[in-house]
Amino acid sequence: MSNWWPLIKVIPSKTNLRFVKFAKIMALVSIIAVIGSLYMTMTPFRGPCGGLNCGVDFTGGVLIELDTGQTPVDLSAARSALSGTQGRQDVQVQNYGTSSDPSGRYHAMVRFQPPEGVAGQVAVDQAEATLRGALGQNIQFTRQEVVGPKVSGELFTGGIMALLIAIGLMMLYIWFRFEWQFGLGAVAGLFHDVILVFGLFAITQMEFTLTAVAAVLTVIGYSMNDTVVVFDRLRENLRKYKKMPLREVIDLSINETLSRTVITGVTALMALAALALLGGETLFAFSVSLIFGIIFGTYSSIYVGVPMILLWGVKRGDTSSDDDEPEPVKLGMASRP
Amino acid sequence: MMQLARWKFVVVILAFMLGALFAAPNLLTREQRDALPGWVPHNALNLGLDLRGGSYLLLEADVDALKTQRIANLAEDVEAALSRENIAHDRPTRGDMGVTVRVTNPAQMDAAFSAIRALERPDPNNPGQTNFTVRRGDGGVISLGFSESQFSREASNAVDRSLTVIRRRLDATGTNEINPVRQGADRIVVTAPGVSNPDEMERLIGQTARLTFHEVDDSDRVVEAVQTGRPPYGWMVVADQSGQPRLLRERPLLTGDMLTNSSVAYDQFGQPAVGLQFNGEGARIFGDYTTRNVGRSFAILLDGEIVSLANIREPIPGGSGQISGVGGLDRATEMVTLLNAGALPVELRVEERRVVGAELGADAVRGGAIATGVAFVLVLAFMFLVYGFLFGGISVIALLVNGVLIIAAMSMIQASLSLPGIAGLILTLAMAVDANVIIYERMRDEVRAGKSPILAMDAGFQRAWVTIVDANLTTLIAAWIMFFFGSGPVQGFAWTLSIGVITSVFTAVLITQVLLGLWVRYARPKALPIT
Repeated sequence: MSNWWPLIKVIPSKTNLRFVKFAKIMALVSIIAVIGSLYMTMTPFRGPCGGLNCGVDFTGGVLIELDTGQTPVDLSAARSALSGTQGRQDVQVQNYGTSSDPSGRYHAMVRFQPPEGVAGQVAVDQAEATLRGALGQNIQFTRQEVVGPKVSGELFTGGIMALLIAIGLMMLYIWFRFEWQFGLGAVAGLFHDVILVFGLFAITQMEFTLTAVAAVLTVIGYSMNDTVVVFDRLRENLRKYKKMPLREVIDLSINETLSRTVITGVTALMALAALALLGGETLFAFSVSLIFGIIFGTYSSIYVGVPMILLWGVKRGDTSSDDDEPEPVKLGMASRP
Repeated sequence: MMQLARWKFVVVILAFMLGALFAAPNLLTREQRDALPGWVPHNALNLGLDLRGGSYLLLEADVDALKTQRIANLAEDVEAALSRENIAHDRPTRGDMGVTVRVTNPAQMDAAFSAIRALERPDPNNPGQTNFTVRRGDGGVISLGFSESQFSREASNAVDRSLTVIRRRLDATGTNEINPVRQGADRIVVTAPGVSNPDEMERLIGQTARLTFHEVDDSDRVVEAVQTGRPPYGWMVVADQSGQPRLLRERPLLTGDMLTNSSVAYDQFGQPAVGLQFNGEGARIFGDYTTRNVGRSFAILLDGEIVSLANIREPIPGGSGQISGVGGLDRATEMVTLLNAGALPVELRVEERRVVGAELGADAVRGGAIATGVAFVLVLAFMFLVYGFLFGGISVIALLVNGVLIIAAMSMIQASLSLPGIAGLILTLAMAVDANVIIYERMRDEVRAGKSPILAMDAGFQRAWVTIVDANLTTLIAAWIMFFFGSGPVQGFAWTLSIGVITSVFTAVLITQVLLGLWVRYARPKALPIT
């Protein structure tokens, strides 16, 4: 019964790709991407968020989402009505997510800083009255958020702390389970992924909110997951093939885990693509950042984490003591023809 | 290992049955669930505010104001105590953490010290200690100070009492789904599912509702106080309803906590008013004061604003009074609710406020459900394509059981399912498959290395297990951090993700093992169908 079903081999079962050969070029690519992302994230060097389009979670202020039914939102009318009066600052009005959803309804998102000394509730009520005046009485307000300056500051530092703690704990875990070279490699990979995801948010100007921080933390989790699978095999192979040069062991380990990497990556990407396309506008940025994060994470476990180990070298334990007991080195028996 | 241990079989069957039992209420309507007998699990998934619509308020207690108030009261107490004993002294000065006063006649120092010591009360939370400490300094200076710990206990107490007051106020309006909880040292979170316009609720919760009766100085001193901008010591200038400045004694005669009851009443003109009934102490103070001050006025303040000014025409014994001129019936009713629930011992400010309309929530649920369904079918099809009907099918069964277990666990512990939580659910699907993939790929490797099918399967499970644990622990660590950092939706995501990781390791490893074990026992395979 085993052969009548044509199994789709996602990749050939025995691959012998020379990953390490491209490590230098890829390292250059990674470094450029990381620096570029950092630059995009930081500039302009202003405010808490730099180049990120931070939501009210981190900047504080008022967010109002509205639904104008079947008529498109007159963004400029809303913008000028809000900016002109009552001392509001930093008024932003934009179509929300896709400008209209499948049901044909139009949505827009309004953000602003309330005037000094005006309570959030009052600021929301005033802005809603102004918007009704500008866009007609039939609009509906679907979401309001007011975040005070104290809370937004805390959420901001909390977010940064969460990311750093996550990366730190991952490093400790890897250090504890493997060796310190592995921990460094893993952390380099994590920083790479996190910075690139930040860069993605900076380039696309997707709103950076609390949910985005959750997305970045998830990317950290996934990226580690992927790295650990490769590291695990690497450790096993280092014990198994004690005389094989390090770069060959690395290539072998990546090749052996490649089919798993691809299959898991594809399932995750398929599931998240469904979420991005069908999950509605609220989850769009979340799913897109996860999709890219998973791609970055997969790439980094092959081309950032592992080459770092190559760079530092790794203690091969008892290679010298093996000299007197000749161990048959089965060169790549498991994967090579 | 492929020799099927009986306990594994039992654990799998038990887990599945329990999972089905706890997940089942989600198939019923709300009415059907309510009709279930008590011993049957009847909790369905607890949707977060972003999915069902509702309001979230984060209130922060103004602890600094509490401190200022506390120190002002202490200064007044000191002033009163020293004056009573006829001790010559300078005016007490208020500091950051206490009060200092200088006794001008050194001979009266001991008398002053004991008069002030008499103000000490045992700390209600910590009977061995007093509510403040008194110290003698040089040059006739006596200082009274709170320590940070004394003060933070007091502040913490005030936040606790505020929570009780808010509960009472909300109970009075009959909304039972609104749930205020304490967060951290000085914050209160109120979540109100289904409330898409929280203005009224916010007014009800946010008002301090401190009712105070103050002596009014009807003389010309008020003109001078307004001109110089410096009222006499112990007095303050407050504008009345018509904007006229009035000179009021800072220290209230009576406060709202001396009320036993209040009710909606009507004054002599038939206008809505608030009727008040004082307790014994309040009645005595009110009676004494009105007896001694016929012809003078007093002011009734709510949260520092004058709501009523009254002239004392005759002594009022018996302890009942009335606040007239409050405005409409709505305002009178609201005041009664507030007064009966008691004043907040500390002012609360809204620091964060999030409102999601019910319709937006419903849209999100619809979108999330469709996305989950499609993602599930895609993953399913992919597993069949890659691993064939048998191995693919086994991983799909594990995935289905995993879904049931996640829903069961989420319903059981009533963790809220937020919109990002749905994303967590979808991501878990992929991660659950990952464990299966690691196991199967390992088996392929082992077969390629020349092992027999049974040995390859054994080695596959054994070797893959370490990797699976390592890989999933990292995700758990990330989820665990989200608990501490995140608010509502992010915590919802963390819940789904961590439950998903645990159940997926269980299903992918144990269920797959049991099913493959059964297959080995009955089919006695010569080769693995995945190679």
